[in-house]
Amino acid sequence: MSEQYKSSTDLDRAPVIEPGHTFGTVTEKISAIVLTRPATNGWFIGFGIFFMLTMMLLFATGYLFLKGIGIWGDTTPIGWGFEIVNFVWWIGIGHAGTLISAILLLLRQTWRNSINRFAEAMTLFAVASAGIFPAIHVGRPWLAYWLFPIPNTMRVWPQFRSPLMWDVFAVSTYATISALFWFTGLIPDFATLRDRTEKRWIKMIYGMLSFGWRGSARHWHRYETMYLLLAGLATPLVLSVHTVVSFDFAVGIVPGWHTTIFPPYFVAGAIYSGFAMVLMLAIPIRKIYGLEDFITERHLQNSAKVMLATGLIVAYGYGIEAFMGWYSGDRYDAFTLWNRLHGPYAGAYWMLLICNILAPQVLWIRKLRTSPVALFFISAVVLVGMWLERFIIVVLGLHRDFLNSSWGMYYPTRWDWMTYIGTIGMFLAAMFLFLRLLPAISIFEMRTLLPEAEVKE
Amino acid sequence: MAKRDPIYGLMAEFDSAQALVDAGRKTREAGYKKIDAYSPFPIEGLAEEIGMHFDEIPLTVLFGGIIGGSTGYLMQYWMAAVDYPLNIGGKPPHSWPAFIVITFEMTILFAGISAVLGMLAFNGLPMPYHPVFNVPRFALASKDRFFLIVFSSDKKYNPVETRRFLETLDPRSISEVPS
Repeated sequence: MSEQYKSSTDLDRAPVIEPGHTFGTVTEKISAIVLTRPATNGWFIGFGIFFMLTMMLLFATGYLFLKGIGIWGDTTPIGWGFEIVNFVWWIGIGHAGTLISAILLLLRQTWRNSINRFAEAMTLFAVASAGIFPAIHVGRPWLAYWLFPIPNTMRVWPQFRSPLMWDVFAVSTYATISALFWFTGLIPDFATLRDRTEKRWIKMIYGMLSFGWRGSARHWHRYETMYLLLAGLATPLVLSVHTVVSFDFAVGIVPGWHTTIFPPYFVAGAIYSGFAMVLMLAIPIRKIYGLEDFITERHLQNSAKVMLATGLIVAYGYGIEAFMGWYSGDRYDAFTLWNRLHGPYAGAYWMLLICNILAPQVLWIRKLRTSPVALFFISAVVLVGMWLERFIIVVLGLHRDFLNSSWGMYYPTRWDWMTYIGTIGMFLAAMFLFLRLLPAISIFEMRTLLPEAEVKE
Repeated sequence: MAKRDPIYGLMAEFDSAQALVDAGRKTREAGYKKIDAYSPFPIEGLAEEIGMHFDEIPLTVLFGGIIGGSTGYLMQYWMAAVDYPLNIGGKPPHSWPAFIVITFEMTILFAGISAVLGMLAFNGLPMPYHPVFNVPRFALASKDRFFLIVFSSDKKYNPVETRRFLETLDPRSISEVPS
């Protein structure tokens, strides 16, 4: 017992970067992925597959614009199907990136420095994937600008008392701030790439992107202030985004939606699925690009711990939902619970309980927490589970509500699946491009972690 | 236009962050005012050593946030209660609790944008060309070397005296920066 405890804390205090690295080796190792390492066949095959899936997404949305949302499985009474399920799932995944880059920065968790860059990229691409769904599900997407306070010919303004409007502002602010945070984080690294490359046109591109960054002490000072303030602003923002997403449901009166536990439980679920995605991306990336020195076992273990903790909050949320179904004495709430356990979608609910509550409990075992293969599979299971959670919330809330004369069933069509799988393809294709074109690990923040960066007064 | 000095300044190269911070302090103590230091990562306290006393970013962000928050609230008030009042579920036109979320989001949005734009503006970026880039070794400033520059516009600047002073700091190399 004490032996294991001792080694566990040793891992917690292990250096974030493996010993032996200098400013030069860190710089060379990370920038070489972008500048000198040739793209392998594996990269081209992977990118090709995901690019084709992206094309499938365009095809499915093109056909949608032609025919209307009748091609989807949405019917009365289930007006929200895959599009909202997938929207919530993707937005949730994005949250881990902001948590890593902003909240862990404020908490001075230096281990975040080696995973924040690609986690932020993940956020950006996940929010982009999420944003597609509300934009195309409005039926007449060319009028989607009505969601914004832009003057139109009817002279009517958006309805600001609706959580759906809050969501528009929350998600678009989140997308903007995430993009700014990510891009400003890249500026000093663009300068590094500019100074490392030999080719003139590459120098020009990275030079322009770096805005002519030269690393002046005054510039760094303002930069750091900005970065810290942006982190301070992004922290309440990220918590607000999934809170507002949960308001889309909680403000409605549908049984299973109308509950006050939704905001914290949604935020925890978002971070849960987000860390699962971080691990699913980090594990292959560190292996393929040989970054085990920078993304160490400590990173995997910490991410697993966050997953375990947020997974337990999610489990508590399910517990309270079930408890309130009984305790409230409300027959519709009680029926919602019964319907989840025994209704036509009971299989999905039991799967959800297995994926989200049961499976991650193996993370209590330290050996599995540090095993990349095990973590990869557990993360995949969690991502499936979190997708099922949103499916249960959206579809099971709507398909059997107060009046049994208006009960119905939801069956996704091939177009639903094509759109969903298409966004996964787009997300991964963007990740593939990101890995080749931009430094996947923040070079300048890695330098600050080296012992030689310390300065005594 | 005043005639530009053909020399922009004298630049000394150092091996470590510690050496740069010490050199910065000594240069300022020697009476040089117009100096700058360049490093591949942020070094705490370096900006103060070379004479930076005020950071404009926090106030910029504060004003951005105030403007964003008031824009958000007033926009909703004007649209929902003045320009086109609609009765939604019997709620009053000016139903302020419902306006909180968007006010909050707009505060964050404007504050965040002003943080980034403020950082760029006060730093004078984007600036793709700068005289320091004329020194070939300066490419290492984004990797593992540390540079200190005394600008030729400094009152105390003298090509011979300043070079002699910089040599006392034990730098790796000293180069003239053409402007």
